[in-house]
Amino acid sequence: MIDLGEGEAVCFKVESHNHPSAVEPFQGAATGVGGILRDIIAMGARPVALLDGLRFADGDPRFDRAVGGIGAYGNSVGVATVGGEAVFDDAYADNVLVNAMCVGLLPADRIATAGASGPGNLVVLFGATTGRDGIGGASVLASAELGEDDADKRPTVQIGDPFTGKKLIEVSVELVESGLVESLQDCGAAGLASSLSEMAREAGIDLDLDRVPLREEGMEPWEVMISESQERMVAVVRPQMLAAVEALCDRWELHHAVIGTVTDTGLLRASWVREAVGEIPARFLTDECPRYRIEPRPPQPSTREPSSSLLLGLDAPALEQALLELLGSPNIRSRAPIYRRYDHLVGSRTVRRPGLDAAVLRLRPGYRGLAVSLDGQGRMTRLDPRTGGALAVLEAARNVACAGGEPIGLTDCLNFGNPEKPEIAWELAEAIEGMALACEALGVPIVSGNVSLYNETDGRAIHPTPVVGCVGLVADVRAIPSTWCEGDLILLADASPVSLAGSEYQARYGEVGGRLPRLELGAEASLVEFLWRAAPSCSLVHDVSDGGLAVCLAEAAIFSGIGANVEVPEDARAWFGEGGGQAVVACAPEQVDRLGGIPLRELGVVGGGRLLGIPVSELAEAHS
Amino acid sequence: MSVRPKIAVIVFPGSNDDRDAAWALGALGADAKPVWHAEPTLPRDTGAVVLPGGFSYGDYLRCGAIARSASIMSAVRRFAAHGGPVLGICNGFQILCEAGLLPGVLRRNRDLEFVCRDVAVRVERADTPLTRRCETDQILTIPVKNGEGSWYADEELYTELEQSGQLVLRYAEDCNGSVGDVAGVCDEVGNVLGLMPHPEHAMDPLLGSGDGALLLASLVDAAHGRVLSGTTR
Ligand SMILES: [Mg+2]
Repeated sequence: MIDLGEGEAVCFKVESHNHPSAVEPFQGAATGVGGILRDIIAMGARPVALLDGLRFADGDPRFDRAVGGIGAYGNSVGVATVGGEAVFDDAYADNVLVNAMCVGLLPADRIATAGASGPGNLVVLFGATTGRDGIGGASVLASAELGEDDADKRPTVQIGDPFTGKKLIEVSVELVESGLVESLQDCGAAGLASSLSEMAREAGIDLDLDRVPLREEGMEPWEVMISESQERMVAVVRPQMLAAVEALCDRWELHHAVIGTVTDTGLLRASWVREAVGEIPARFLTDECPRYRIEPRPPQPSTREPSSSLLLGLDAPALEQALLELLGSPNIRSRAPIYRRYDHLVGSRTVRRPGLDAAVLRLRPGYRGLAVSLDGQGRMTRLDPRTGGALAVLEAARNVACAGGEPIGLTDCLNFGNPEKPEIAWELAEAIEGMALACEALGVPIVSGNVSLYNETDGRAIHPTPVVGCVGLVADVRAIPSTWCEGDLILLADASPVSLAGSEYQARYGEVGGRLPRLELGAEASLVEFLWRAAPSCSLVHDVSDGGLAVCLAEAAIFSGIGANVEVPEDARAWFGEGGGQAVVACAPEQVDRLGGIPLRELGVVGGGRLLGIPVSELAEAHS
Repeated sequence: MSVRPKIAVIVFPGSNDDRDAAWALGALGADAKPVWHAEPTLPRDTGAVVLPGGFSYGDYLRCGAIARSASIMSAVRRFAAHGGPVLGICNGFQILCEAGLLPGVLRRNRDLEFVCRDVAVRVERADTPLTRRCETDQILTIPVKNGEGSWYADEELYTELEQSGQLVLRYAEDCNGSVGDVAGVCDEVGNVLGLMPHPEHAMDPLLGSGDGALLLASLVDAAHGRVLSGTTR
């Protein structure tokens, strides 16, 4: 949770739902959204925005189902889906990635804790009833590699119920706002076992499992304890508040039951019709849970270096033709067909809609705003995990800065293969180190996160994929950049060198390989700061990302509906190089002196119907 | 305006745009009151009623089919029968159609997908409680966001509605397969109205468009008129 000043605070988190989405993409993605929403309401916040990072192989029909599931849940609960990414790469053919991020707002003086306190207080379960769905979901799905017998795992996928999810949001927010509960905890992976051990770690809880409202007969106590039935929350309630809590649940027609009491034993004890069925010191399930050591070891350097022609993409078509092809490629073409399936307007806060870099939400009734973005790095992290980790952090921060947001916090989701394998452990350790270095350079903390390991099928691991969400504070949403205008100057700001290694261009026309140039982290941080400071004086700001500078300029021209006369050296690296931080800024000529901060290179002037020799209409058609 | 006219915003379980509607109406000078679906009556001195967008009861059955029998709907019917302005937005429109207060039905969008985007909407009639601040043939930019927003009436009903001037708003572009590109309709008398686009999300150019404020301000005017004329009891 981060204090925004002026009495407001924001909390946010990204979480994976990869394995369930691989088995049943619609429900997997939907319950991924439901799960991250409950993480945020457990903080006592009202969720205001969702973002989704999706990674599939191109042409995988599960992608469309996952988008459907995200829409079905997010639209129905009335939380705006304002961003994310859709990445297509064969590395995710077997193990798809579905990462969901949620942003919530709350008054700065409200801190809902997850811990139980006060012996004698009551533990209240409310929301949906409990069934056998999702039993062992976390252990079966999230902690094992997938294999040929995936179909057997279908019953372990949880089923989402967005209507109950919506009621749960409203009840939880009202419980916290009215001060009726001491703490809230969502029921996520491993169900009651997990949420109650979190709550019990500093006090102790005695649990009557037979009081849990069930939806099917004959459930065993252990099944009740670890069921992952969705749309359930646990609250710690002072006895004198119970009647009011029950009345609120009744009003919203949610099931509720007192299922236990807080003790001072430090034990999590479960009984079934007054007969003890389980007892464990809660700390064994949390702070003192068993750990295993991983032994990182860098992989053997590849014996076969890719030939230079493949690395440089010498077989590629002319630059103009390559630009058109890249604009229409799965990873770069317009995302409008995706985000139009999501309600990105509910809440009436969305002052900058999805499309370019980061969306912006207004903090009504004032004019401050939050810029939000979610970005990952797979292919680059495969080539160099330390640089890839840093790139994920820097891109998220840069996107937020392009929308005028000063980055204030980050959240991360680490999607990796089996960490018991030394090479994967090494990738994980290196990526985390790279992320940490980038965070230090930016001076921005990571405040929450999640890991998803064992993303392997039959021994084939995904690209190591750190995904990073960033939230930035916009000083005045009336001054965020949008489209460039006739006569504006176009300038390039950059921090580190770019190369074709790991680029979209290389992936399309060559063979992915080569060495990533060294990132100048100090310069990267300066670039981010320059961008959010300059944004109010600029008509458009857009960072160079997938597809390089040429694609960045083309996207700006398409977005603005007007071309430009720009000069970019006639070589593939200048047009399509990626990696190092770069951004294009456009502003009226009289504003240039106000930009200051870092050296800028003038690329050209806005005007006309063409860009880099191609009509904007043709670029737009390729991109659509 | 010296008096802030009271406008009831009905909240069903699953309503999503109720806060947005109340905020928009409040910004336009109304006293927006959230009213829970289980209430038997509307607040005293209600000048207009809004049924907001969302997914009442999850839309698990046909959209609006459960909400139409909510307790508050009897009071809404009585209010409408006495000439009170009633506006249904999106899911609220679906509820009013299901309740038989508005003609036609809303079906799944032609391409079977949820769609959220700005659309151009043309004002066909500028003499209703929703459009008095507009001009006939004025084009408004207002977002739609729905999966079942394709309005349908058979040929006979459509012709009848067209002749009686009940087709208040039409899309000025291809949107979702609605018959006659109809975006909003009213009842025979003209005081009950429904539309699929969301005027509460188009309150301010900062949000993409301020055109929705014309529609909601017209409704606030109508509510105010009822309060002044003493017809709210
Ligand atoms: Mg970007």
